[in-house]
Amino acid sequence: MTAAATTQAGPIRAKRVLPGFTLSLGTTLLYLTLIVLIPVLALILKGAEIGPQRFWAIVTSPRAVAAFQITLIAAGIATVFNAIYGLLMAWVLVRYEFRGKRILDALMDMPFALPTAVAGLSLTALFSANGWFGSVLHPAGIPVVYTIWGIALAMAFTSVPFVVRTVQPVLEDMDPALEQAAVTLGARPWTIFSRVVFPAILPAWLAGCTTAFARSLGEFGAIVFIAGNLPFQTEIAALLAFIRLEEFDYNGAAAIALVLLGFALVLLVLSNLLQNWAARHREAAP
Amino acid sequence: MTPVTPPGAGARRLLIGLAVALTLVFIAAPLVYIFVRAFAGGWQVYAANIMHPATLHAIWLTTITALIVVPLNVGFGIAAAWAVAKHRFPGRGILVTIIEIPFSISPIIAGICYLLLYGRQGLLGPWLQANDLQVMFALPGIVLVTMFVTAPFVAREVLPLMQAQGSEQEQAAVTLGANGWQIFRRVTLPNIRWALLYGAVLCTARAVGEFGGVSVVSGNIRGQTNTLPLHVELLFNDLNAVGAFAAASTLTLIAVVALLLKAALEGRRAA
Repeated sequence: MTAAATTQAGPIRAKRVLPGFTLSLGTTLLYLTLIVLIPVLALILKGAEIGPQRFWAIVTSPRAVAAFQITLIAAGIATVFNAIYGLLMAWVLVRYEFRGKRILDALMDMPFALPTAVAGLSLTALFSANGWFGSVLHPAGIPVVYTIWGIALAMAFTSVPFVVRTVQPVLEDMDPALEQAAVTLGARPWTIFSRVVFPAILPAWLAGCTTAFARSLGEFGAIVFIAGNLPFQTEIAALLAFIRLEEFDYNGAAAIALVLLGFALVLLVLSNLLQNWAARHREAAP
Repeated sequence: MTPVTPPGAGARRLLIGLAVALTLVFIAAPLVYIFVRAFAGGWQVYAANIMHPATLHAIWLTTITALIVVPLNVGFGIAAAWAVAKHRFPGRGILVTIIEIPFSISPIIAGICYLLLYGRQGLLGPWLQANDLQVMFALPGIVLVTMFVTAPFVAREVLPLMQAQGSEQEQAAVTLGANGWQIFRRVTLPNIRWALLYGAVLCTARAVGEFGGVSVVSGNIRGQTNTLPLHVELLFNDLNAVGAFAAASTLTLIAVVALLLKAALEGRRAA
């Protein structure tokens, strides 16, 4: 074998030595095609069938626009909250030792393990007028249930692990020497954080926030309980699509679903780009 | 040399306090509240709610769904991880992104996709009707949507681990004359078993708790296509709050058990 062949085709050959490539790739592609791609294709074909003019009319109808706005604003609020809270949790869990830390760490997975409908039910009851928190907030004139704040709360609950779990490993991997060097140079803690730590975790943090935002846009189970679901006020896009289905308005449902699908795919690509950036960032770091 | 004072000794207290307080309010309180409300009427009311035939049917349906979905997704996860982690081929990056799709798509959209495929007005609708096959508003639809929503869980746990481990051990096994199945069972599987179990646990928790996707395709027929999460909503809409919380408490227990298992498995993986 020539040297060129070794460097060029070598690694590829070496990997191909392992058996089961055709079987495993075939199984994967078949499964993905049947479970993911064909159903998504069905939605896209249905969208094409509607035609651009009707599609546009459906998604720009006042009720749909209001639903998209409410969904985007609430997801924005939830993501800003999670960006801060998630970063705080990742920092505290990685950098400090204290009693009950393992419980705190385990609780961060709760939103993934707990069914969203159950979370929604519990949050609604907690924040309603006679719940633990609602009984304090209501007299103070801060209603949460049946407002956009309730929607944002439910979204924040279901998506916070995305931020924590993407930032955590990057913080763990960080070389403490950099921070120690900054300390010996006399930098204040805040300076160290903003100039040394934060730039290193920025790509992962943004990737986590993007995923959390995407998840918030599509969240349904937790929100239907707490939102009150009033058109033009607390009706989210996913619910409007659901309502259109129940009215047997398949075009209406498909058009709204397609817009949400578009958002999801764009955010998925964005999150992947950010994660690649984060990976390169970590390799480049000393 | 003067010793360097640890940075942010005061900030440490503040940040830990803030983190604990926020988590107690935001995550622990909803968890505790479910049990408080479920047992608000005492043990007997709780037991009566759980033993109600409609609730028992919902538990049964949810269990069946998970029993079908989880093994299939474990198989898919292993196949996907084996293909992606142990081999290089064009389109590999795209494949990894496609595997992640179900995570970023709303379960509601997944449900709508399936309805537009298998429903009466769907692409395959006429054919299914001609052959008298019922997919939507029946168990197959519930299973399919749950498969979609939970597909990446096992793959996502196993894939990075397989990638990190490389394939030197497997290649050594090949040179020693082992066949594919032997390599997988004797070399790869022991290396990934805890991650595999962990992925299966997460997949189970999610499959049991799926709500949005299932509510689109189930048709919410009482005692027939009502899974446990849907049953929670049904009871809530019936203004039976204690019943809703009782049903929710069984789902919460599953989530708590899943997290305990996860903690145990992580201990094993670290060891």
